[in-house]
Amino acid sequence: MAIEPRKPPSQFIPKLQRALGGRAGWGGFVLQILFVAALAWIAYEIVANARANLQAQRITAGFGFLQNTAGFDVSQNLIPYTGSDTYTRVFLVGLLNTLLVSVIGIFFATIIGFLVALGRLSPNWLLSRIAGSYVELIRNLPPLFQILFWYLAVLAALPNPRQSISLFDIFYLNNRGLVIPKPIGEPGFEPFVVALVIAIVVSVGLWRYSRWQLFQHGKLIKVWPYALGLLIGLPLVAALIFGAPVIFEIPQLKGFNFAGGSRVIPEFVALTLALSTYTAAFIAEIVRAGILSVHSGQMEAGSSLGLQRGSVLRLIVIPQAMRVILPPLTNQYLNLTKNSSLAVAIGYPDLVSVFAGTTLSQTGQAIEIIGITMGVYLLISLVTSALMSFYGWRISRSLGP
Amino acid sequence: MKRVSLVLTLAVAAGLSAQAASAQTLKTVKDRGMLSCGVSQGLPGFSSPDDKGNWTGLDVDVCRAIAAAIFNDATKVKFVPLSAKDRFTALQSGEIDVLSRNTTWTLSRDTSLGANFTGVTYYDGQGFLVKKSLKVNSALELNSASVCVQTGTTTEQNLADYFKGNNMKYEVIAFGTADETVKAYESGRCDVFTSDVSQLYAERLKLANPADHAVLPEVISKEPLGPMVRHGDDQWFDVVKWTLFAMVDAEELGVTQKNVDEMAKSDKPELKRAFGTDGNLGEQLGLTKDWVSRIVKAVGNYGESFDRNVGAGSKLGIARGLNQLWNKGGIQYAPPIR
Repeated sequence: MAIEPRKPPSQFIPKLQRALGGRAGWGGFVLQILFVAALAWIAYEIVANARANLQAQRITAGFGFLQNTAGFDVSQNLIPYTGSDTYTRVFLVGLLNTLLVSVIGIFFATIIGFLVALGRLSPNWLLSRIAGSYVELIRNLPPLFQILFWYLAVLAALPNPRQSISLFDIFYLNNRGLVIPKPIGEPGFEPFVVALVIAIVVSVGLWRYSRWQLFQHGKLIKVWPYALGLLIGLPLVAALIFGAPVIFEIPQLKGFNFAGGSRVIPEFVALTLALSTYTAAFIAEIVRAGILSVHSGQMEAGSSLGLQRGSVLRLIVIPQAMRVILPPLTNQYLNLTKNSSLAVAIGYPDLVSVFAGTTLSQTGQAIEIIGITMGVYLLISLVTSALMSFYGWRISRSLGP
Repeated sequence: MKRVSLVLTLAVAAGLSAQAASAQTLKTVKDRGMLSCGVSQGLPGFSSPDDKGNWTGLDVDVCRAIAAAIFNDATKVKFVPLSAKDRFTALQSGEIDVLSRNTTWTLSRDTSLGANFTGVTYYDGQGFLVKKSLKVNSALELNSASVCVQTGTTTEQNLADYFKGNNMKYEVIAFGTADETVKAYESGRCDVFTSDVSQLYAERLKLANPADHAVLPEVISKEPLGPMVRHGDDQWFDVVKWTLFAMVDAEELGVTQKNVDEMAKSDKPELKRAFGTDGNLGEQLGLTKDWVSRIVKAVGNYGESFDRNVGAGSKLGIARGLNQLWNKGGIQYAPPIR
C-alpha cells in the first residue's frame, strides 16, 4: 500500500499575517491601521482648520489668481513677458530663471569640482596645496555670504555704462552686465541649422564607427579631420547657397543703458559664480574620495601597460570611481538647485523671488503659492535624481556586477 | 511606547482643531498683557529702532497709542520687524495683532488679502530718487534707465504702469528688503531708486552723501498709508480705527500732551464726551472712559507725533502738506467722537 505524502498545510494565512503585522501578528496589524487612521485624521483636521480660518477672515482661496494680470516687470525673462501678462506667466518666467541658473551652475560646478579633485590628488605639492586650501576655504563659508560677496565685488569693480570696458566696440562690460551682439535669424537661417544638425549626426556616427572598428578589429581610424570638415563645410555650403544665416545686432549706448544686443545681468553672473564655486568644493571632495576608493593596483596596472597618468585616470580609474561618486554627487546637484533660491538677496528674479515673493505679497495667497513652489522644487529634485539614477544604472551595467 | 506616542499625536491634533477660528483680538491682547505690532525693518520717521532698541516713528506711535488705550502703558508693545513681502502673511497668520508699517491702502488688500485698513496715518505718493550727477530733472527723462525697487510693494506695479503709460523702456531690479535696494542703488547697479516720497527722504539720510541725490518732482501715484487689522473681528477693527481718529480729533480740539490734564476738566461738551466725563464712549469700544487722555498723554496728538517723527521737528523735515488737518488746508479728517 502506497503511502501518499501528506500535503504541507497552506502557508497563505501565516504569510499574510507576517506581511501585514510583522512579528506582532494581527495585533500589530490593527495598531498600524489605527496609526494610519490617526494620521489621516490629523491631516484632515489641519486642512479643515486652515479652511475655516481662511473663511472667517474672508481670504480668497483657490487657484483663480493665476489668471489675473501680474502688473509688474521682471529683469530677466527667457520667454516673452510684459507686465500685462498673467501670474501663470510670471511663474513660468521664474521657473525658467531657476532652471537656467541651476543647469549652468551644475555644469560649471562639475567641471571645477573634478579639476580641483585631480589637483588635490596631483603629485605636484603646490597644486595639491592650492586645491586643498580652495576646498577648505570655500566649503566652510555660508553660501549666502558668498553670493553677496560676488555680487558686491563684481559690481564694485565695474564701471558705469558710460565708461564701459569695451572689446572691439562690440562687447561691453559695465555694472549693468555684459552686453553682447545679438544674433538675429535671417531667411537663410533654417537651411543653416539643418546643415549643422546633419553634420553633427554624421560626425557622431563616424566616431562610433571608428570605436567599433577599434574594439572589433583593432584598427585605429582617425576621424577628427573628417568630422571637422563636415562641421565647418556643410554649414558653409548652406550659407553660400541660401545666403547669410544671421546678422548681429551691435549694442549702442543710448541714454542710460545700451540699446540692442543681448545682456547678461550681473545678478545672474554673481549667483552662478557663487553657486558653482561653492558646490564645486563639495564635489571635489566627493570625486577625490571616489578616486581613492579605487584600488591602487588599478593605477599601477594601467601604468605598467604604458599609459600616461591622464589616460589611466580617464580610462581606468574614473569609470570605476563613478559608482562611488554618483550618489553623493546627485545630492550636491540637488543642493545647488535648492540654494539657487537665495537669489532673492541680490535681486535675481528666480522662482522664489518673483513667485513666492512678489506674487505672494500681491495676492496674499500664501498657502497656494508656497504649496506650488514646494511642489516645483520637489519635482525638479526628483527628476534630477531620476536622471542620475539612470546614468548610474548605465555605468554599473557597462562595468558589470 | 507606541501607544503613548499615539495618544500624544491625538492630543496634538485635538489642540489644533480646538484653536478657535473666530478672533477675539482685544481679549487675547488683554490676556497676553502685550500688543504685538508689525512694523518696518527700519524706516526713519515711520518705524526705526535707536541704538538702545527703542522704536520710534509715526507708525510706532500708532502702536503705542493702542497699547496706551488698552493698558494705560505705552511700553506694552512687542514690535515685530517685517519685510514688505512678509507683512501680510504675518497679519493673516495671527503672528501680529495690527500691522502699522507704511502700507498703502488698496482695494485688493482690503478684500482678497483678508485685511481691513483702519484709516490713513500719512498721505503719500510714489517718487524717484536719482543721483544729481545724472542731470535728470524730470521722471519723463528716465527712458532706458535701470530702476531699483523693493519687492512686494504697490511701487512695483505703479512703476510698470508709469513707464508703460509714457512709452518708456526700463529695467527693473527687485530686492527683498529696503536696505538691499538702497545698497544696489548706491553701488550704481541702477540709475533710479523708486518708492514712496516719504521713504525716499528717509532712505536718502542713510546714504553716504545725501546732498548728491535728489528726489524728482513727479509724484506718480496715490499712496495712502495706514494700519491694518485682520478681517472678522469688528471690535478690534473699531479699537484700532478710533485710536487713530482720537489722535487726529485731539489735534483738532487743541488737546496736546502738555495741556491734556487741564483740558480734561473743561466744560466744553465735545471735550467732555472725548474725555469720558460725559457718557461712556470709551467703554462702548471695549476700553475705558479716559481712553483719549491715555492716548494723548502717551504719544501726543496727531500733529505732535507728525512733527516729532517726520515733520519740522525731525531730521526728515517733511512739510505737513496733504497731512495737515482739513480745516487748515490738508485732508486729514477724523469723524467726531460722539
